[in-house]
Amino acid sequence: MSANEPFTIEQFYKFIQQGKLLAGKCLKCGKIHLPPRPLCDNCYSKEFEWVTVSGKGKLITYTVINIAPQQFQDLTPYAVGIIQLENGLKIPGMIQGITQEQLKIGMPLLLDFGSCSTPQKWPQWPRYCFKPS
Amino acid sequence: MKGKPLVNIVSAGMSKFGKHDGLLAREIFSQAASEAYSRCPKLEPKSDIKAMFIGHMGEAYEHQGHTGSAVADWAGLVGIPATRTEAACGSSGVALRSGIYAVLSGLADVVIVGGVEKMTHRTTAEVTEYLAMASDYPFEQWHGITFPGLFALMATAHMHAYGTTQEQMAQVAVKNHYHGSLNPKAHMQKEITLETVMTSRCVAWPLKLYDCSLITDGASCIILAKPELAAKYTDQPVQVVGSGQASDTIGLYERKSLTSLSATILAAKTAYEMADVRPEQISLAEVHDCFTFAELMAYEDLGLCKPGEGGKLVESGQTRLGGLIPINTSGGLKAKGHPVGATGTAQAYEVYLQLTNQAGKRQVKDAKIGLTHNVGGSGATAAVHIYRSSS
Repeated sequence: MSANEPFTIEQFYKFIQQGKLLAGKCLKCGKIHLPPRPLCDNCYSKEFEWVTVSGKGKLITYTVINIAPQQFQDLTPYAVGIIQLENGLKIPGMIQGITQEQLKIGMPLLLDFGSCSTPQKWPQWPRYCFKPS
Repeated sequence: MKGKPLVNIVSAGMSKFGKHDGLLAREIFSQAASEAYSRCPKLEPKSDIKAMFIGHMGEAYEHQGHTGSAVADWAGLVGIPATRTEAACGSSGVALRSGIYAVLSGLADVVIVGGVEKMTHRTTAEVTEYLAMASDYPFEQWHGITFPGLFALMATAHMHAYGTTQEQMAQVAVKNHYHGSLNPKAHMQKEITLETVMTSRCVAWPLKLYDCSLITDGASCIILAKPELAAKYTDQPVQVVGSGQASDTIGLYERKSLTSLSATILAAKTAYEMADVRPEQISLAEVHDCFTFAELMAYEDLGLCKPGEGGKLVESGQTRLGGLIPINTSGGLKAKGHPVGATGTAQAYEVYLQLTNQAGKRQVKDAKIGLTHNVGGSGATAAVHIYRSSS
């Protein structure tokens, strides 16, 4: 990675494809953006650097989706949650490898790149998920 | 201008909410416009109405964008500036706010604001997909998080933080279906039991089918006039005395709190201060019960009870017709229905009826001050308005 890569959501997902979880850190005020943004919402700086973020976190809330749009219907019921990572930032995602009864607020989870698949048309974003650690 | 009217409502109209097979959105809207025109015979729509703001969420439903002009056309108002406002389920709450901007700017002294949505011809899967478009695409929709899913995430967090129960959420549905049974324009006019809610199929745990608002067709509108002009049109205007609108992060996951909506809190603060009204002075409110849980959260965010006590408030019965502060006497989004773009001004329509003593079987006695609370998406938009009767 270099500072040349744009601080965009597209680039965030390119890194995910490579098995890397990276966020944009503002060089002026130090705020870390996950996902990255091209304009710091705190100080309006446009200067950032990529920082590696740990994929370890804990579950802060969850639901189990039973009624889904067409493209997710084969997966129902599936669990999704919001995970607070070790650096304090939050990120949503599917939770796999777990039953509804096992889901518990506060449980440790780990971001998993393994199940990523990339569709052929825009947006070519891989799908990460979370698994019990 | 604290406590003074910003604008006056001189008329209002609403189509029946429900299933309108064979009608397009603009045709449904013409029913609402027709009622508003008939209620106000002194108004000459073509010459008096100077601008239109129309809430409409989705082109996808009817393959029809550019709805402002399409609706103005079918309402017999071709020529006037017609603007569509879009803030998902908050689209017409924002239309109302925009109408107030127009009147206060001095550019228009009489304005029609409203909203419309035609949804029932689509499958549940299609509607689920279209509604989800109001949430963050790259991190929410992309990972299969639906609209009920977002409110379910908040409900789970609220249950964990405060011990709120699924039964308390279900009581919102029971209450609002009771209110809907008294509203001849409601989509659902039958009472339901707690058991019906609790045993209905799971949509997004802990939310079940009867925790969700309805997929509905409908339209609504109100006509606003500069306060000095209102007497020309009606001897029973309703004053809009407070208006607040606020935004929040598009992604739920970026917010500080998962158990309250910051946009609601901000919009309410603005509206209460402008109106010089305290929450305990409100006679009735129409709040955004897109899901039963959302009504409990609205009680808390609007200051009707303390954070975490929404469940207890519905249990107390005080938000039912006859209670201290009846909430969603129209039946709410839950029973009256939720044609998303039409909801904000349909809430204003109910408050207009209540404050002019025209609400029939569901009339709140001595209603003086009303409030509407309209939310867009998972809370990235909120619009709060406060109204006073002129009598």
